[in-house]
Amino acid sequence: MFGISSSFDYICSVVFPGNSKENITDFINKNRWKFYFVIGITIGGWIANFLLSETPAKFLPESYHSLSGYVQLLAGGILVGFGTRYANGCTSGHSITGISTLQKSGIIATIFFFVGGLIMTFLFY
Amino acid sequence: MKDLKYILPGILFGIILTKSQVISWFRINSMFKFEEAHMYLIISSAIAIGLVSYLLIKIFKIKDVKGEKIKISEKEMNSGVIIGGTIFGLGWAVTGACPGPIFAQIGAGEFPALLTLAGAIVGAFIYSRLKSKLPH
Repeated sequence: MFGISSSFDYICSVVFPGNSKENITDFINKNRWKFYFVIGITIGGWIANFLLSETPAKFLPESYHSLSGYVQLLAGGILVGFGTRYANGCTSGHSITGISTLQKSGIIATIFFFVGGLIMTFLFY
Repeated sequence: MKDLKYILPGILFGIILTKSQVISWFRINSMFKFEEAHMYLIISSAIAIGLVSYLLIKIFKIKDVKGEKIKISEKEMNSGVIIGGTIFGLGWAVTGACPGPIFAQIGAGEFPALLTLAGAIVGAFIYSRLKSKLPH
């Protein structure tokens, strides 16, 4: 609904054209707004942390600023990209928009987001 | 170029995500360990506001800026929601970021999140390739 996780699809089809969708030009034109939206989120993150904060906050553990951290983030990112596309939505589309518009898929998705998160946290973090 | 305006709600959303610390790995970790109410309160208040907005739109038949009926598309319930949802959850706990926050983390100067983004694009690509073979 917000189009954030599907923005990966958009970037993906720009980076690897001719792959996922039948009519690539149509797809790119129709979904370009998602690209601007996520660019906006990036700028918003910068404004919030550097212009609207006295001291910029840290959002990732120090240990992630290392080779093993980069590998974890890359692998975790693959799970995020694959999982959100497979589930057809992420926390914004399913948990927030989905539940607030009383959709069954939103509630089920949120439960399983937590199942995955709890397993991973319990095992490794 | 007409799509450029979408940068504005993006900026607003990015500021909110960052200032509320939804983009913090530490907050996500504490949420999954049930150590604090922070994330639960944010998610519940977002859902509450969404629900009130949804009901107001329905009850008063509010139109969009072009004067057209606002229709909220239903997401299909299938096994992808369960399997994909669990896979996303695993990655969420590792990276401390769901999709929106990945971009906000990068903007907030956490450059390792560029790897999360690279991974997410690769993940979406892998899904697009395997889609027809996966149960839905």
